[in-house]
Formats: sequence, C-alpha cells, structure tokens
Amino acid sequence: MHLHRYEKYWLYFGIGTLIVFLSVLGVGAFAMGQHPPSHDAVVDPLQVSETPPFDEPGLVQIDDHTYVANLVAMTFGYRPNTIEIPVGSTVIFEVTSEDVVHSFTIPGTNVNMMVTPGHVNQATHTFTEPGSYLVICNEYCGAGHHYMQMTIEVVEQ
Amino acid sequence: MTVKVKAGTEVHPKDAKLSMAYIYVAFAAFLTGAVAGVVQGLQRAGLIDLPAGISYYQVLTAHGVLLALVFTTYFIFAFLNAGMSKTLGAFPEKYRQAGWIGFYVLTLGTLLTAIMILLNEGTVLYTFYAPLQAHPLFYLGLTLFVVGTWIAGGALLAHYFNWKRENKGQLTPLFGFMTVATILLWYIATIGVAVTVLLQLLPWSLGISERINVLLSRTLFWYFGHPLVYFWLMPAYMAWYVVIPKIIGGKLFSDALARLAFVLFLLLSIPVGFHHQLMEPGISPFWKYIQTVLTFAVVVPSLLTAFTIFATFELAGRAKGANGLFGWWKKLPWKDVRFFTPFIAMVMFIPAGAGGIINASHQMNAVVHNTLWVVGHFHLTVGTTVLLTFFGISYWLIPVLTGRRLTPAINRLGIIQSVLWVVGMFFMSGAMHVLGLLGAPRRTAFTTYQDHPTALAWLEGVFSSQVTMSIGGVILFIAALLMIYNVINLCFLAPKEHTEFPIGEVAEDASQTPPLLENWKLWVALAVALILFAYTIPLMDMIQNAPPGSPPFRPW
Repeated sequence: MHLHRYEKYWLYFGIGTLIVFLSVLGVGAFAMGQHPPSHDAVVDPLQVSETPPFDEPGLVQIDDHTYVANLVAMTFGYRPNTIEIPVGSTVIFEVTSEDVVHSFTIPGTNVNMMVTPGHVNQATHTFTEPGSYLVICNEYCGAGHHYMQMTIEVVEQ
Repeated sequence: MTVKVKAGTEVHPKDAKLSMAYIYVAFAAFLTGAVAGVVQGLQRAGLIDLPAGISYYQVLTAHGVLLALVFTTYFIFAFLNAGMSKTLGAFPEKYRQAGWIGFYVLTLGTLLTAIMILLNEGTVLYTFYAPLQAHPLFYLGLTLFVVGTWIAGGALLAHYFNWKRENKGQLTPLFGFMTVATILLWYIATIGVAVTVLLQLLPWSLGISERINVLLSRTLFWYFGHPLVYFWLMPAYMAWYVVIPKIIGGKLFSDALARLAFVLFLLLSIPVGFHHQLMEPGISPFWKYIQTVLTFAVVVPSLLTAFTIFATFELAGRAKGANGLFGWWKKLPWKDVRFFTPFIAMVMFIPAGAGGIINASHQMNAVVHNTLWVVGHFHLTVGTTVLLTFFGISYWLIPVLTGRRLTPAINRLGIIQSVLWVVGMFFMSGAMHVLGLLGAPRRTAFTTYQDHPTALAWLEGVFSSQVTMSIGGVILFIAALLMIYNVINLCFLAPKEHTEFPIGEVAEDASQTPPLLENWKLWVALAVALILFAYTIPLMDMIQNAPPGSPPFRPW
C-alpha cells in the first residue's frame, strides 16, 4: 500500500519513539528489577486471622535497618493501624485482605498496591525522612471506605 | 413523521425512528448522570452534605453507569444505525425488527440495573469488583444490557454483509466498514464480561456457588474494560474520518489508511487488559510487561489517524486557495459547531493520550494508580474527546433524523456550550491530574483522614484542590444543561427543513484500497490469536494456583 512520504517520516518517528520508550521500561523491569507489585503468595481469605504471620500482624525486624511489616486490610481499616520505625529503615510491606478488595497506598511514595482477598501483595520502601506517613485505601471497599487509613511513624533515633 | 427524503439518499424514516429512540434515552441518561456528577463533585470538596439516605458511592455508581455505559452505548447505536441506513441503504424489514428487539432488551437491562442502583442494592461502582456483591437483578440487568447490544449489533452486521453479498467485488462504504470493526471489537470484548457475569457473579449472587475467584473475575472484567474505551472512541474516529471532511468542504486523504487504522484498533485494543491490573498480586510481571508492549502498539493507529485528519484539513484549505505553510488553517470553518466542537475534541486527545501512556507504563503506574489522576485522564479521553465529538455529531445528526435544521442561534449556543465544557474540564480534569500526583485517591467521599496534613493539603492549594475540581464540575454542569437545551431544540422546536447527512468522499489522487483490508475472517483470526497469546498462560495460572475463593460481602 502506498504511503505518503511525510506520513512515512511521521510513522518512523512515532514508532521509533515507542521502541525507545518501551526499551527504557524493559531495561528498568528486567535488568534493574523495577517490577510492579506482583507477589503470588496465597492465603485463604477467611482464615487470615489464624494464618501466620497474619495471626500476629505487625513489624518483624530482620536486620539493623530492615523490617517486614505483615499487615491485614479489612473494612474499614488496617491491622495494626500504626507502626513506628526509625528513620532510614527499609520496610517490606506484606499485605493481605480478609474481606473485599482494598489497596495499600502511601501518598508521596511509590508504595501503591492492590490488596485482593486470597493473595498477599508485597512492596518495599526506604523511609529517609522522619514524619507521620499517611496510609490510605484507594480502592472502593464500601460505605466507610473514606475512613480507611493507618499511619507509619518514622522517628529519629 | 413528515421527513422529506428521497429514498436511499438520506436516513430512511423508519430507521430514523430507531435512531431517535436511542437518542432520547442517551440524553435522558446524560442529564441524570450530569446531575449525579455535580452533586458528587460538591460533596467531594466538602461543600455540601448529601440528604440522608443517599450515599456518595451510590451517586458515584449512578454517574459512572449512566454516562460511561448508558449514554455512550445508546448514542453510538443511534449514530451507527443512522449512518448504515444512509450509506448502505434502508435496513431490510427483518434487520430493522432485530434492531428494535435489541433496543428493547438493552433498555430493559438498563432499567433493571438503574433501579437496583437507586434502591442502593447495587452500590458496587461501575466496575462491580467481587467480592462486593450486588443484588442478582443488578447482574441480570447487566446481562440483558450486553445481550441487547449483541442483538442490535447483529442487525448492523447483517445489513453490512448483506450489502457485501449483493455488491460483490465492490469496495464497501467506509462508514459500514468502520461500523463492522467497532461491532466486532465489541463482540470479542464483551465475551469477557459475559463470562464473568454469567458463570461467576450471577451463580454466586444467587447462592448457587459459595465462593468466587476474585482475580479471575477482575481479569475477565479488564479483558473487556479496555476495549470498552475503544468502543467509545472508534465512533468518534468515524466522525473524524467520514463526516468532518465533508463538513469542511474537503475530501478524505486516504481511504486505505482509514481502514488500516480501524483494523489495527480491532487487533490491538483487546489483548491489553493487564495494564489496568499492574499493581495487583497474582499476575507475573513478565505477562504484565507483554501486555504493556501490546498496549503501546495502539499508538500506531492513533498516529495514522492524527496524520490523516490533519492532512485532510490541509488539503481542504489548499483546495480553497490557501497559501503558505499554515494558510489553510484560516480556511477551516471555525464558526461551524459541527466542525469546531469535534476539532477541540481532537486537540484534547493529545494531552489525554500522553496521560494514558503514563498510566499504562509498567512501573510508572505506581505513582498514579487509583488516584484522581486516572479520573482526570478518562474525563479528558471519554469525557472530552469522545463526548465533544458526540456533541458535534448531535448538532447535525438530530436535525437529519427529525427533519429539522440547525439554526444560527443554536449553532452559536453550541459553540458557547463547547467552550464552557472545555473550560470546566480544564479546571476539573487539570486539578484531578495534579491532585493525583500528590496521592489523592479516586472513588472516595469527602474526608480529611482525621485531619492528617497530607490529606488537608488536597483541599488547600489554588489549582491542586478538590474545591477547584468541583468548581470545574459546576461549569461542566452548566454546559451540560445548555447541551440538553440544544438537543430539545433540535428534537422538537427547530424549524422543519431537510438537513443533509454529511458523508465525505475520498480524494481523487488517494491510493487504491487493497481488497485484503476487507478480509474480516483474517482480522478476527488474528485478533483471537493475539488474545490467546496474551491471556492463555496467565489465565491458566490464575485458575491452577487460585487461593480459596471469596464469599460475598455487602459493606454498604
């Protein structure tokens, strides 16, 4: 099929840009490991409160600066609803839901993941500034959705 | 009706009647959806309290369903039905009857769903994510809605293939070709939502099955959910390709490229649903990336469209004697609402598309996922590009169908209406984009999260404020009322006169259209192959490694 000369230039430019852009995303993903939260661990959503580690949700310290936060999302809150860590800590959030779909989102960071019942999702963040970080649910989960929150207190040692 | 038409040249009066039935429901839904929108915007900014008994989320569900599903679907069928009658001739009686049956089934489904939402039995938003569980009649209504579109779409397809049989060897009219691409896309896409509603949600809501595979239902929903936006967009593109050249007094740059673009939309807009699920567990990052790549491939037909449309503008201007590099710009009919309104729609698609590229990016999505940014994005794409094009179509389509004329007064009012719409959208969608980057969530009633400073900041900025957002919403509401006034005028009040259905011709020196482009079996087979490639392994994984399913919840 005949294409106008200018149209060819336009398409070369467009498709070329696309290839560059997708390559950047691809290198980020497969060479540097920057994948979106895609954890595939499963749990019976009705047994969350009896299944370790979610039977005792909260922080577990694994080395000097690293913690795992096992958290449960439910209508309309998180268990526990506040955690405290020293500034400079890296936290691996592992979150599941015991009822409907929620999210675990910390505005101002790249931690923003869906929490679907039956799965455990995972995201990691290093807190370099002290302060009170708001955590919210950004997926509609019912009448009290806008009350669903917790805080992460990042404190000076 | 006393429509003066020569048989075969305009829309047959009996076909016009069906199109008008769609138009009435479309704009009734538009008005109700707009009221829900403005109320919700004011609540979200903390400016009003909803009267007791009505919840923000109920109004939000109504707004989404009425505007994104009901208005768009009804308007599209009005447009396609009329255009098919104009370009392929009046519908044979049996197809017309099928068209009416489709309309009634669709309307029954719409009413059932709307009633359930009003009764607060379906406050699950228009995405109805399990394990939130609505009343079984809500799902039954959705099923009838989809089945209705299948019947109505079947009538359009039958008319096209009938024409093709009777005119062997001839190139099918472009409008008909594009209609078929749009309806085929709709058929292939709605299989996903039909499967989840019929096999998962309905049995589960009736208590036949106890638990539901949440991830599978979300994946089937989004298999449908993204092509859905192309189902809205393709009729808008049809108006740009087929109608606008005629309105500006020019000719279409290339028929072959127009058809190629539509084939590419059919192939590339379905195997991409994972880009709505990038932040979810249970889907491997590899398959998410594959679908990200496929998502971006759809940029190619959009670039083709951008080139073709602007080339058409330039050719039209030069044919009218324009000189210099941009002289043709002045020759465009800026004071004609039928051109002006779709033109703004095209321009707004540039930032809208750029925002979409950010949304669909493998990792960048984390910044904006489920924030107000996304709401801002689809208010630019669907709420501006598609809607303004549909408004632009209304200004000539309704007169064609009612045998009336677009008066200079309504033309002027139409331009004011469109400008108001863009101004309103600038404030609302603009503020939504900024707030989204700051982390403000979508689908959330007024809240300050116990006066947390992060949340209070979302109410305080000049542009980055939920108050600015709702001011934009009020401006949009005024524009919506103006549109309703214009529609009523064109339906019932404007002077009787014959109005021409504008169908553009292809430029004489355009390249020949290869017959291969009309090989539908090939395109459908390719579409299915791409879908199987993108979905088979992840779906098997979702079923084989599924967690125990979820029982129903009704937390509203």
